[in-house]
Amino acid sequence: MSIVLTESTKVIVQGITGKQGSFHTEQMLQYGTRIVAGVSPGHGGETISEVPVCNTVKEAVEGFGGEVSVLFVPAPFVKDAAIEAIHNGIKLLVLLTEHVPIKDTIALIAYAKQKGTTIVGPNTFGLATSGLSKIGIAPNRYFVPGPVGVISRSGTLSYEIVGALAAEGIGTSSVVGLGGDRIVGLDFIDVIKDLEQDPSTKLIVMIGEIGGSAEEKAATYIKQHVKKPVVAYLAGKSAPPGKTMGHAGAIVERGKGTFEGKVKALEQAGVSVATVTFEVPSIVALRLQNETGM
Amino acid sequence: MKLHEYMGKDLFQRYGIPIPKGQVAFTPEQAAETTARLGDVVIKSQILSGKRGKAGGIRFTKDPVEAARITDELIGSDLRGFIVQAVLVEEKLAIEKEYYLAVTIDRENRCPVILASASGGMDIEEVDPSLIVTYLVDPTIGLMPFMVREISEALALPSELQKQFQDLLQKLFALFSELDAELVEINPLVQSGAELIAADAKITIDEDALYRQKDLPSVEERSAAEASAKDLGLAFVDLEGDIGVMANGAGITMATLDLIDYYGGAAANFLDAGGGAGEEATTKALELVLERKPNAILINIFGGITRCDDVARAIASVKRKKSIEVPLVVRLVGTNQEEGWDILSEVGIQPFSAMHEAAKSAVELAARERGSV
Repeated sequence: MSIVLTESTKVIVQGITGKQGSFHTEQMLQYGTRIVAGVSPGHGGETISEVPVCNTVKEAVEGFGGEVSVLFVPAPFVKDAAIEAIHNGIKLLVLLTEHVPIKDTIALIAYAKQKGTTIVGPNTFGLATSGLSKIGIAPNRYFVPGPVGVISRSGTLSYEIVGALAAEGIGTSSVVGLGGDRIVGLDFIDVIKDLEQDPSTKLIVMIGEIGGSAEEKAATYIKQHVKKPVVAYLAGKSAPPGKTMGHAGAIVERGKGTFEGKVKALEQAGVSVATVTFEVPSIVALRLQNETGM
Repeated sequence: MKLHEYMGKDLFQRYGIPIPKGQVAFTPEQAAETTARLGDVVIKSQILSGKRGKAGGIRFTKDPVEAARITDELIGSDLRGFIVQAVLVEEKLAIEKEYYLAVTIDRENRCPVILASASGGMDIEEVDPSLIVTYLVDPTIGLMPFMVREISEALALPSELQKQFQDLLQKLFALFSELDAELVEINPLVQSGAELIAADAKITIDEDALYRQKDLPSVEERSAAEASAKDLGLAFVDLEGDIGVMANGAGITMATLDLIDYYGGAAANFLDAGGGAGEEATTKALELVLERKPNAILINIFGGITRCDDVARAIASVKRKKSIEVPLVVRLVGTNQEEGWDILSEVGIQPFSAMHEAAKSAVELAARERGSV
């Protein structure tokens, strides 16, 4: 399913009774997210912020119509909870958890593909369609409606850039965190497709980093298929090769995924590339003005 | 987590993958003993790096006295930046041909991939890609016998080796899956007479799965600071510069380093205190940065889940407890920002709200500090 949410998107929260689960359920409700049920085995019948808690995803789907699920579940239990969601027909599944074993991620993504479930994450802050619905842990206040769709591999860096745009009066349409792990459910291209179709999105911002080849592949796709203006910010220009900088994703593997290679590929596709964060709002403003008249 | 060759070979043995006769040695006496038993041997330094031969880390002998002397020389020596702590003493194989075989993870296709080549023995990066058989394994199906037959056909293995190869690959794949490996590599896989033998073993285990792989040996390849940060739940990497850095979130930490670089400075470290860093984690992170004796410290916090007042309290308490002699530059915005700024002003810190201005200031102050020393 598309990553563009609406105010009627019915969300369930797996792990709703935990500390993080209950806190962020409240935050999401405040943002406007329509949370129809929570799931916590053994807690069926309880409520969290007036949201009914079920023992199984099956109940949450059959009884409350859940179509999207977000997991607040520790890494060792993510595989089971995710497959439970996919098995029960959840169409969009958001995996926030960090340190999920890669074998588990591979298994659940393969199963999701068979069942037609879209996986966001693991190791993501989630996603939001500004003003309508937010799923995950991003801070509410920076997600104000506007014309810019944002795709990112990194959480706080997204807040930084979304916040910097908001400070300049530029709001966001949909913001999606792909996740910082080496293997995640979505790549830039999957989300670019949705944003290119989304009428609220007039310009796309990609927040990438060194390592892997996701940005290069996105560049090739943009060149051929994307008409909306695209601005990219890339982190890791100063990173020494061979060191893993926090994200498992940000490893420069034997000369592949270098900063220079990514910049070149993106610029050839007509993407404006910012290499320091504070350049992003002015580049976005300029391209919005020149190409969309905003 | 990378495993040493001898540990990898122990695992091969556990899975029934043929390895040369041999024994790890931590002392010259042990090496001499194994040499006396095996005769013609190869003595291989155990470090977590390739190209050991070119660096002089692989030696041959048949004399136990000589084996002891070589081992004495190798253990404790610095090889490609690693201190040798053990050697593997193995029978010298008669080599007819060298193959390459590995199982790893294909990031893009999100599945395991088998790599095999009849051009083994050298760095696989240097092998012409057309000579490498690449086989993606559907994770919902696993490795089927027909796939293994297709791979051994593609390698054009002599018919008498096909059965052995197929058996070996099945075992290698089982090891890869069951032990949560990210990489298992045999290079070279040696044809010695009518037998295939794993002459080397390179295994990397997924660190996120170590909680369920308790039987594996543990190997530490990080610096002491990197290891202690990991124990605190922080991601820390030592760097060459003189500006200590702490931020919350890997992406923003990297972006902070880029800004320092942009203004002509250099970071002493990468320290990601995590997207939800509380007071305790922040305190420990700051202490860790201080230990590096930087010329300036830059703290960059964008509070989402992280609360600015928690971070400010941690900074204030460290500042009160220890005398921080270098300039401390703080950028602090987000959740509970006003409370955070108030707390910091009590200890004489005027925070920044724009991260590039903070980075610029840290670079200038570090330069001044360098000048004054």
